[in-house]
Amino acid sequence: MELRLDGIRHAYGETDVLDGISLDIPSGRIVCVIGPSGCGKSTLLRLIGGLERPTEGQVIQLGAPPAGSLNPLTYIFQDFALLPWRTVAGNVSLVLEDHPVSRSEREDTIADVLIRTGLIEFRDALPKNLSGGMKQRVAIARALAVRPAVWLMDEPLSALDAQTRELLMDDLVGLWSREPFTAIYVTHNLAEAVRLGHRIVVLSRRPGRIREVIEVRAPLEARKTADPNLEAHQRRLWSLIREEAEAADRELVGG
Amino acid sequence: MAEARIGQPATGEVPFRGGGFRPRPVRYVGVTVFVIVLLVLEWGTRAGWISNLTLPRPSDVALTLWRLAETGLLWDHLLPSLGRFAVGSAMGATAGIALGIIIGLFSLARAGLVPVVAAIFPIPKIALLPLFVIWFGIGEGSKYALIALGTFTPTVVATYGAVDNVDRTLIRMGQSFGLSWASIVRKIVLPGALPGILSGLRISLAIAIILLTAAEMIGARYGIGAYVLEAGSLYDLERLFAGVTILSVLGVTVNWILAKIEARVLAWRA
Repeated sequence: MELRLDGIRHAYGETDVLDGISLDIPSGRIVCVIGPSGCGKSTLLRLIGGLERPTEGQVIQLGAPPAGSLNPLTYIFQDFALLPWRTVAGNVSLVLEDHPVSRSEREDTIADVLIRTGLIEFRDALPKNLSGGMKQRVAIARALAVRPAVWLMDEPLSALDAQTRELLMDDLVGLWSREPFTAIYVTHNLAEAVRLGHRIVVLSRRPGRIREVIEVRAPLEARKTADPNLEAHQRRLWSLIREEAEAADRELVGG
Repeated sequence: MAEARIGQPATGEVPFRGGGFRPRPVRYVGVTVFVIVLLVLEWGTRAGWISNLTLPRPSDVALTLWRLAETGLLWDHLLPSLGRFAVGSAMGATAGIALGIIIGLFSLARAGLVPVVAAIFPIPKIALLPLFVIWFGIGEGSKYALIALGTFTPTVVATYGAVDNVDRTLIRMGQSFGLSWASIVRKIVLPGALPGILSGLRISLAIAIILLTAAEMIGARYGIGAYVLEAGSLYDLERLFAGVTILSVLGVTVNWILAKIEARVLAWRA
């Protein structure tokens, strides 16, 4: 299953936040979307997942989602969005309970995704007792449980410290290498973009327009943190985004 | 630079200036304060610098309470009061939570009902007692109604406030995983609103105790309120204070039970 964004424009009242966004999301690839703060990256993701309606244009699903996918478009949120009153296993269970899966099947799925994310020994812990990195792993396990066709990742590592971020990037690369998934990965962190993106879409500041699309060819598993190739990409992205970021920084909020 | 400030040595340990502003539990102090106040009152009334027209002797109040319990009269007054409190506040709290959730979930209900609740809220419910006596009779009905109405309004306000305060990102999460509306309400909105509802109940139940006493002052033979009213009109300070002590203990007990419930069902809070 692929996604196609066709001439998307979005406005909140009088303010245009996105304009003329047309983009293809190919199957089995990670598309990173970067841009200065307030350029509508997160809005774009909400439009793609159907949490908001675009003012103009449409998001088109090409082809059927793979059989067995319970929730084709699945989010990973920046603030994890875990229910604090449910345990790790309970949070995964939540997204399965509305689907016609038997109790034992549900238990199997929960155990399977918790093993894949290294959380099985924490299955009865409450979110308040988990570190930020562990919380985001729970959110990843929850997403795995519904077998998404496309992952919609909204700055998934931005609430974490730099070291935890490295660890989780490795986890994500590991998950993708074992079973390539399709993802749209919104971030403002250029290092994450060059590390995880097969394709990097650079947005301008508000109203967000596509400035450039960059392909990063190196295979995900081969990318290392201080790779000169990646650093070249990162410098190029920064030169593209720098002026925009400076201008965005000087804008009045809500003006 | 070293001489710039008088009284500050040039070398030495950096003075500590943090700490404080963080309440911590201190054991036995509460009980001690209670005991000291009672002892001072006892001494004052015995020594004569508190006239026995101003305050009764604590030991006499205790004796009155003891006799009340011994003669069984305590239960004759306490049981009807507890029944009225339980029935009235249960009706008011149940209706209040139900309506609060409806207001929290449906914009139409909110637009229509919030002004009505806001108009009822500030009415001193005791003023309506004569009306309730006409509507529901002089018996238990009017007492239930008064307590129920008194608990109802603060519960409604606390409940819809609690529903409004449920983290919207959790609701969006539920929607993004395709949860049904009913599941979102039952598994996300209600548990998320529970802390706010429980803290609202603390206020509602305190109001219920106040209204219980007021209701029993009109047309009740038995009940703590009737007992206090009778003692007051005879200027029998020992019995008046015995009744007030029972009401205070009732309030503290209700609060303690609620605290236990909160500790149990809200263990997930950080």
